[in-house]
Amino acid sequence: MSELFVVAEHRLGEIREITFEMLWKAGELAQEHSHTVTAILLGHEVSPIAESISDRADKIIIFDDERLKNFNADIYKETIAGLIEESKPILTLIGNTSRGMELAPCLAVRAGLPLATDCIDIMFKDDKLIAQRQMYSGKIFSDVSFAPSAGYILTIRSGVFSKDRIGDRQAEIVKKDFPLKDMPLKKDFIEFVETAAGDVDISQAELLISVGRGIGEEENISLVKELAEALNGVVSCSRPIVDKNWLPKHLQVGTSGKSVSPKVYIAVGISGAFQHMAGVSGAGTIIAINKDPKAPIFRTADYGIVDDLFKIVPVLKDRVLETKKG
Amino acid sequence: MDIVVCVKRVPLTEEVDLVIDGQKKGIKKDQLAFVLNDWDNYAIEEAVLLTEKHGGTVTAITVGNEDDEEVLRRCLAMGADRAIRIEAGDTSRFDSFGISKMLSRVVKDLPFDLVFTGVLADDDYCGMVGMMVAEQLGITHANMVTAIEIEDGKVRTTSELEGGLGEVSLIELPALLAIQTGINEPRYVSILGIRKAAKKELKVMDLSELGMSDEELSPMAIIDEVYLPPETEGAQILAGDPDKIASDFLEILTKKGVME
Repeated sequence: MSELFVVAEHRLGEIREITFEMLWKAGELAQEHSHTVTAILLGHEVSPIAESISDRADKIIIFDDERLKNFNADIYKETIAGLIEESKPILTLIGNTSRGMELAPCLAVRAGLPLATDCIDIMFKDDKLIAQRQMYSGKIFSDVSFAPSAGYILTIRSGVFSKDRIGDRQAEIVKKDFPLKDMPLKKDFIEFVETAAGDVDISQAELLISVGRGIGEEENISLVKELAEALNGVVSCSRPIVDKNWLPKHLQVGTSGKSVSPKVYIAVGISGAFQHMAGVSGAGTIIAINKDPKAPIFRTADYGIVDDLFKIVPVLKDRVLETKKG
Repeated sequence: MDIVVCVKRVPLTEEVDLVIDGQKKGIKKDQLAFVLNDWDNYAIEEAVLLTEKHGGTVTAITVGNEDDEEVLRRCLAMGADRAIRIEAGDTSRFDSFGISKMLSRVVKDLPFDLVFTGVLADDDYCGMVGMMVAEQLGITHANMVTAIEIEDGKVRTTSELEGGLGEVSLIELPALLAIQTGINEPRYVSILGIRKAAKKELKVMDLSELGMSDEELSPMAIIDEVYLPPETEGAQILAGDPDKIASDFLEILTKKGVME
């Protein structure tokens, strides 16, 4: 029997969904292998956050200090490394988020433990830990095993485990003195900024026509705009389009952009990387247009059109206009 | 301002049918085209932009074989001053931990104020090497960086968080920054530009020069097996000629209540 550590992620006083997802998976593994679940919570005035996960863990270790008000990977690393040394958990789970991806590799080196990132499943086969991951934008899956170790660190992709918030555990709250009150900081938090402000709110749209890398050139975006106009829909896009400055950031769908929930989402030339698909999990119906039949988007879309978008999109637009004329 | 940028050459896999290799440890790569990892392209551009403004040098570094020099030459053509290739034989026997050890061993002896990596590599999607290098060098870091300003010996960064929020930090130098795509507009590289850059220094170092053995680089995470994604029900494909597809498309939109 061992402990499973889950590093709680929260921001601006609110717990992040990924924390529940990790606790859900840890709970399942704990039940199968007689382990216990310990949530690690660092922050300032975090009692409400502890409360919200208290039925999902057997123990919550809290470090509450003014210095922990804002996330700092160096402080997290040192604090959690100390805990790992003390309790030797078999697993430490961290979100594969912007912050988790900064923390986990540093912690792995610091604690001398093996690490696998962006895991989509965790198994023990004959007591051997196996982490399932994806490579090549989800076109290939891999099973990763590890050199023998007292413990392992895994980062977990958002959205792959249940968000179920109701548990049957009763957490013992353990408040610890923050050990690093005097640690000199090389990085100071300044402020949060909105990076996706704009006049159109795609999260409210009922019909989105979304354009991705497959569009090739900036001038081709007009094809998608014309289809959207014909359908009275709103144009959105995937990350590469914003990276190239072809459309503004507030039209971007995905983890680093907006989450949307239209009745219908039409994805044009979008391959379907998980960062994008995470943003459309609330869509009613997804129609994907892509010439690559192996594009990951066809795994999650409801309907697919496997064709050259430059041929089919104008046909669709003309037909919509004809039908409307009646 | 001296900047070291760690880069990787990766296969282009979009719109390509991938085939699992005989050992089931990876994919067959002999038919694939290779490019500079997208994130690294932005990282090199950002380093060149900063040194154009503040002076200093850019060193591009990779772990790989002679073929991988192609991306180093591209970095030199984009404005890097020199390049280093770490020759380590077949790199598939290392994990990110081993690669980060080699990189940090070389970077440690270079003059640097900043180390850049891309957030991720487009092949394995691990996103570990950068932060591991930072930890091994004992320097601080920021992830998913979308803006950089140098001010009074420090660097002001914006890190991308989930949900359209950015986090601004002020960081002491030296530091490692993992660069996110979209931070700039990487310049175009012509064949002539690559030819001109051939005069720049490209140094090759092997593991014995680094004083490193396979033993200390042995992997902690091992790929047991790779496989194609498990079958899912997947999308219902609209088949037939464009006319039939258009009819089916309209029927779906009407049924879902978005056609007026």
